[in-house]
Amino acid sequence: MEGSRVSSEIEAGPSVEAARAAVPAEGPPDRRWLDAYGRMLLIRHFENEMQRLFLKGEVHGTTHLAAGQEAVPVGVCLALEPDDYLAGTYRGHGHALAKGTDPAALAAEMLGRANGVCGGRAGSMNIVDLEHGLVGCYGIVGGSIGAATGAALTAKRQGRVAVAMFGDGATNQAYFHECLNFAVVHELPAIFVCENNFYGEFTPMQKVTGGRDIAARAAAYGMDSALVDGNDLWAVEEAARSAVGRARGEHRPTLLECQTYRHYGHSKSDPATYRPKEEVERWLARDPLTLTRERLLALGASEADVEAVERDARATMDRATEDALAGAYPDPATERATEFAP
Amino acid sequence: MIEFRDAIRDALAEEIERDPAVVFFGEDVAAAGGVFAVTKGLHERFGDERVFDTPISELALASAAYGAAVTGLRPVIEIMFGDFMALPMDSLVNQASKFWYISNEQGTVPLVVRGAVGGGGRFGAIHSQMHGTWFQGIPGLKIVAPSSPAEAKGLLKASIRDDNPVLFLEHKRLYSVKGPDPEEEIIPLGRARVARAGSDLTIVAISKGVPDALAAAEELAGEIDVEVVDLRTLRPLDIETVLESVAKTNRLLAVEEGPRTGGWAAGLLGAVAQEGLHDLDDAWILATDETPIPYSPTLEDAFMPTAAAIAAAVRSRLSVAAG
Repeated sequence: MEGSRVSSEIEAGPSVEAARAAVPAEGPPDRRWLDAYGRMLLIRHFENEMQRLFLKGEVHGTTHLAAGQEAVPVGVCLALEPDDYLAGTYRGHGHALAKGTDPAALAAEMLGRANGVCGGRAGSMNIVDLEHGLVGCYGIVGGSIGAATGAALTAKRQGRVAVAMFGDGATNQAYFHECLNFAVVHELPAIFVCENNFYGEFTPMQKVTGGRDIAARAAAYGMDSALVDGNDLWAVEEAARSAVGRARGEHRPTLLECQTYRHYGHSKSDPATYRPKEEVERWLARDPLTLTRERLLALGASEADVEAVERDARATMDRATEDALAGAYPDPATERATEFAP
Repeated sequence: MIEFRDAIRDALAEEIERDPAVVFFGEDVAAAGGVFAVTKGLHERFGDERVFDTPISELALASAAYGAAVTGLRPVIEIMFGDFMALPMDSLVNQASKFWYISNEQGTVPLVVRGAVGGGGRFGAIHSQMHGTWFQGIPGLKIVAPSSPAEAKGLLKASIRDDNPVLFLEHKRLYSVKGPDPEEEIIPLGRARVARAGSDLTIVAISKGVPDALAAAEELAGEIDVEVVDLRTLRPLDIETVLESVAKTNRLLAVEEGPRTGGWAAGLLGAVAQEGLHDLDDAWILATDETPIPYSPTLEDAFMPTAAAIAAAVRSRLSVAAG
């Protein structure tokens, strides 16, 4: 996308100043941008809260936090209709929240409680919320790509679109190559959104990615693609809107490479010491929340409006945590799971 | 009379006709009509929307079927040879079979994976395997292996109407077999059948093992009265029907086309021992060698648990002199 190209080498993208300079003189921003900022804040609060609850022993096993990557799912979902499909990853709390999952039900799931969105059966890596079009989050790298490709077969009949969220690591999986080709030859309304955070687990993307250019891989399959500044909410929304248009109208799939950065390590046990300090600082200076806030103010939103959104997000998360913690654990004595659907 | 392959095709055609959500896709299944000529005419009849060819991408096509199933379609896919099931395993093991449970029953996965299986066709080690046992330990996945044309039709129609992922194993050496037309529209999944009544020995088999066991029973008639139980499904496994049979015969032989280690027969004997030890005088397994399936006709013929091999095993074990 023009104006938002960043190198596939790790570099900071457009600055806040550049964003400010790009402001159109159209008056205050639409309410939906303020809501999107609120959703991004909610994801950040959610991830920080999960980290806190993990350390207290309330979140079990492992968890993969997406703090720092909020603009990608929120920007993508701004371009979707509520009944469009989305498949997320094991770093999927933000995917679910962006798609509309209730934060209290999501938090309760993390805590393994019966009031969780999957009744405590799924946990952090495997969230499903069909009511909001979330056809699953996938603990196997690349799994979301296959699930969304299949959802796109259904979506094509329904006039909907299906989105796969996945990381840079997934672009070396069979799922990626097989499904991009499959989506092109079967003319599916699919959008493949790579959240390139430059590390596949602990390994730098450049070390394990031939060509080092993820977006360019689409061309080999005859697919449209765009390289997007994934920390710029407006850039993500614009790229996604254009991809959704192609998908819904022409059944042409798109690959979006959204470059972003995770603030935490890969999983709960990873302090991410393999990342150079200067690199981390550079990306922290481009925190998508800061960029979005600055942009909203530059676009003419009032400080009071922005602060109201911030207060709401904080209060929503606090209520979600409270509701989740108040939930009971599922009782093995009354659990009525059956192996098969009737 | 109807041929096995035509029974499969008819089941597909009837279900595609009956339910607009049913779609069928795979490699060379549409324009070419399938490498075993099972699906000829379906594409012409139902068009691109319902029946289509895919790239040679087993993982993509299985996962696409999964994603389509959880959003409302009822896909049937063909994995050309069962051996290729190693490729889409993630989608079937980690996606399709888990979804109903981990979603807290938000949605179902009505998905059928057809595949040609089995030895005896000189296809060698990697086009002859029975993949059912690779998946037998996965809760949430049904595994069906029909033994005759009528069984194939009724079981496939039931599989397509089932709301769970189903692996449907079609033995290559059965495709040209002719048999009586089906009497039932649907054969419910998970119920074994007594294919031949007898009083001295129960032989349990699936797929092509059933006609082989029936032929062996005929050969043994007059010496030993054999009951043959067709399991029909490996998961769920109908132990009750086997226990009822063993209560009558007191002897059990499980015939498995595949290695004994990790096979379904070993699990069956374990379950029968646990529930029906008091009824057992003898129980054993006739399986294949613990090697890959050989190519050369002499080696492959010796490898397979044929009707003659079954009859010989029974005579040897029960010390019955050849009639």
